[in-house]
Amino acid sequence: MSDHIDVKKTYKLFINGAFPRSESGRTYEVKTSKGTFLANACLSSRKDLREAVVAARAAHNGWSKATAYNRGQILYRIAEMLQARTGEFIQEIMMTTGVTKVKAEKEVLQAIDTLVWYAGWSDKISSLTGSNNPVAGPFYNFTIPESMGVVACIAPENPSLLGFIESIAPVITSGNTVIILASTKAPLPAISFAEVLATSDLPAGVINILTGKKDEIAPWMASHMDIDAMDISGLPSKLTSEVKVAGAENLKRIHTFKGTTPHRITAFTESKTVWHTIGV
Amino acid sequence: MNFYGLVDGSEASLKKYLKTLSGVDQVGANARAAMLSTRSIKTTSKRWAIDTAISMVDLTTLEGADTVGKVEAICSKAVRPDPTDSSVPSVGAVCVYNDMVAVARKHLDLIGGKHVPVAAVSTAFPSGRASIEVKVLDTQDAINAGASEIDMVIDRGAFLEGRLIDVFNEIVAIRQVCGDKAHLKVIFETGELVTYDNVRKASFLAMAAGADFIKTSTGKVAPAATAPVVLVMLEAVRDFYELTQKRIGVKPAGGIRNTKDAIKQLVLVKEVAGEEWLNSKLFRIGASALLNDLLMQRMKMDSGYYASPTYVSMD
Amino acid sequence: MSFEYAPAPESRAITTIKPKYGHFIGGKFVAGSKHFPTINPATEEVLSQIALAGKAEVDAAVKAARKAYTSTWSKTSGKERGKYLFRIARILQERAREFAVLETLDNGKPIRESRDTDIPLAAAHFFYHAGWADKLEYAGLGSSPKPLGVAGQIIPWNFPLLMLAWKVAPALATGNTVVLKPAESTSLTALLFAEVCQQAELPAGVVNIVTGDGTTGALIVNHPGIDKIAFTGSTEVGKIIARSVAPTKKSVTLELGGKGANIVFEDAAVDETVEGIIDGIFFNQGHVCCAGSRLLLQENIAEEVLHKLKKRMEKIRVGDPMDKNTDVGAINSKEQLAKIVELAQVGDSEGGQRWSPACDLPKKGYWFAPTIFTGVTSAHRIAREEIFGPVLSVLTFRTPQEAIEKANNTPFGLSAGVWGEKGSRTLWAAQQLRAGVIWTNSFNKFDPTSPFGGYKESGWGREGGRHGLTAYLKGVSGE
Repeated sequence: MSDHIDVKKTYKLFINGAFPRSESGRTYEVKTSKGTFLANACLSSRKDLREAVVAARAAHNGWSKATAYNRGQILYRIAEMLQARTGEFIQEIMMTTGVTKVKAEKEVLQAIDTLVWYAGWSDKISSLTGSNNPVAGPFYNFTIPESMGVVACIAPENPSLLGFIESIAPVITSGNTVIILASTKAPLPAISFAEVLATSDLPAGVINILTGKKDEIAPWMASHMDIDAMDISGLPSKLTSEVKVAGAENLKRIHTFKGTTPHRITAFTESKTVWHTIGV
Repeated sequence: MNFYGLVDGSEASLKKYLKTLSGVDQVGANARAAMLSTRSIKTTSKRWAIDTAISMVDLTTLEGADTVGKVEAICSKAVRPDPTDSSVPSVGAVCVYNDMVAVARKHLDLIGGKHVPVAAVSTAFPSGRASIEVKVLDTQDAINAGASEIDMVIDRGAFLEGRLIDVFNEIVAIRQVCGDKAHLKVIFETGELVTYDNVRKASFLAMAAGADFIKTSTGKVAPAATAPVVLVMLEAVRDFYELTQKRIGVKPAGGIRNTKDAIKQLVLVKEVAGEEWLNSKLFRIGASALLNDLLMQRMKMDSGYYASPTYVSMD
Repeated sequence: MSFEYAPAPESRAITTIKPKYGHFIGGKFVAGSKHFPTINPATEEVLSQIALAGKAEVDAAVKAARKAYTSTWSKTSGKERGKYLFRIARILQERAREFAVLETLDNGKPIRESRDTDIPLAAAHFFYHAGWADKLEYAGLGSSPKPLGVAGQIIPWNFPLLMLAWKVAPALATGNTVVLKPAESTSLTALLFAEVCQQAELPAGVVNIVTGDGTTGALIVNHPGIDKIAFTGSTEVGKIIARSVAPTKKSVTLELGGKGANIVFEDAAVDETVEGIIDGIFFNQGHVCCAGSRLLLQENIAEEVLHKLKKRMEKIRVGDPMDKNTDVGAINSKEQLAKIVELAQVGDSEGGQRWSPACDLPKKGYWFAPTIFTGVTSAHRIAREEIFGPVLSVLTFRTPQEAIEKANNTPFGLSAGVWGEKGSRTLWAAQQLRAGVIWTNSFNKFDPTSPFGGYKESGWGREGGRHGLTAYLKGVSGE
């Protein structure tokens, strides 16, 4: 038996590329599926959300104007970093959800593949959802998809890592920036994932991660006037209507999805149509 | 010469000046011209427009086969377009080749048409391909024979090659020959200049060099006086007036064959340059067949019946 | 004498307006219970009495649409649906003059615009979507795209028939049936369109038209028998609809307001730019959601452009909409006129300099002279709020970056214009602008092949083009 005392990780938030604690100073206990204490996670407040939105908004112009090739490379880099830490994530998933190692490993590998899949989409989505439009006149007219801006995501409770990745990867591949509220019961993989992001050349503020309670944070996301859209796939259905009503104040685009699909990309793009005269 | 203070006569100043001109968007100019062509002209306005158009016609014959008889016939028609109706005004001018200037002048004077000027196409019309010495002599010859209007062509080759100063100097030279004896109209041959940017550039170049009129075409090259080209030239004279307080005339020529086309031209003048240009001192239409159509439309307005070419004189 | 155009009025003999109208439900005209007048805004003449649909009528229309969807339309092949749409397109072309006259009488817009823009584009929309009906599986929207069912469609008064076409044509092409409500003040062309449906032998109940005001619209929005809401109108009402449908599974598309920036760079082709500014704000009396109502001039050319703009505005012909030479017609309603007057007064009180050309406005009817405000900043209300009238706010900028910042500084994101001869800069600006439609060296151009719709508070979804189909198909509304 080793006499070395483990140095335990403090789980914090991830905002603007840094790891702050909640400004509220609040935490909540994260336990194993059997009820054993694992860690204290931050119980984010609406002010943490506010900071995250500021960071996400500031990051949007640079990220959306980066080349699609560059965004794809960074998404792939995130997959590389996750692959290198597979073991750690398997452990965290097992601890928080009580699933078998085989199942946990499957989830992590699937998360890696999901990142790779969306990495490849970044420079293809325009070709598929854009168009040249043959207008009846001397105009060159084309439509391209563009990112919407700042998207708030509610990650599903389960699977805590895969659901989280399925939510953010499609949103950022087109150039949006994100604030995501992680699984409440199993936030540890999401927070550890922030460490992956921090070593992936991802510009600060593109992905911001909060932990805490959905009924506390989701309504503030919905009413925040500087959030353009929401992925509420992880929101309990009893909150859906309230969130949609609040989101109507700035006409947020609010969507729910299942699994991995290109609709998760297109749902958070706007189509821009440009007309230009053709003449000599 | 001070060229309105716009340029000093050097190539550098000319280039610099022409660079300050705004471009012309072809699609926008076409759309504006098309929109103005939807203006509907009725009743009293139409009667006024027909008479005004008649007074603006430069009645033209520019054929190798022109005869003394044909020129004399045109002169008669120019003075009294409708011999049965004295309320029809005389046309703006008679436009002929140099060798017919004396014939035309003499006949006009003989039949009481001293008020109708003779315009000569000059400077190696229509190609403009001759030395400046020849062009000067050509012009002098026309003036000596009695021409009081000179329709010169620019050297399109020089213009398109970028030798703008050569084009400018030729106009200046011809302007000097004209002196106060003849009005100078400068023909661009817009069908060869092709772009509206070139038309605008040529307009300002010619105006600065001393043109009294800017004219679209020789009538020998198509497209000629299209509505958008005339629009661009009218914008140019309007803008030039704002700069210099000097009104330069515009003469579309070629392709204006009927009353409807002529009235569209007048609408362009009214809406773009303004009412001040709506007279034969500042707007002419180079045409031959047009006059008969104007006369037939006039007859129809008077009689209520559609007219027949049988009742107007052939050219 | 000078060259004054004599009046050239279009004859209204081609159209017959009934003294009273009902609704079009299940392929038949049915009498209404309550009525309200529709007037010619240019003369205040009462044109007809329009029925006000209540719950019973909306119920009947939804029921008819459901029945037609279930028993007929969903079983009609794309090929056959397409042929009905082609028929409608042709009939609209054949009866174009009648529609144009009726539109101008009811709406107040110049006959030149209804004749040359509204009606031909409406026919073009049907023609375009007719061709989609049997090709949906190739649209890149899934291998077997399915319609949503019954669509409730609520359209505005600014382009009455054209907005109907934007709504009805894609809905029918994709296999939906519709309950459509035209705007309270402009129902007549929609009711004439009902006749076209009959002439085209469109199966009963595929298109149902109920007339009425906002209360009728709310009945449609909240009707449980409706699967989809498509609305064009104000952002304020759009938000109400978004809230109303929040607890439901209805899918929604919204085309809402705008405060479009029209950016003029120093190298712009000035004369065409001036025309574009005029088109941008005075087309259709400025009753255009995508109007270029904020003019942003690079400061080194601002004076020249303004000078030319004012000279050009002096040539605008305001007056009788039925005169073929009229450029700007009547304001659509008393209420809209009051709103424009009020916001213009706000512009005065905020220190903007108001200018209008001298123009004789008719004594009767609702009129507002083409107006520009200079000395406006981004903080002024008239630079932020949609006026929906012939009022232009003029701002200046120094650098391209500043132009973009000012242009994007709005909750709206529908349209923008960019003027300049330098290709790379116009494309750069088009890329930076946060708006759904960008016109470079042009403004207010529309085409059925070209998707239209806004960012941010200008709405949800697109209309027109391949993108517009998604609004009426299952599972692809995210696009």
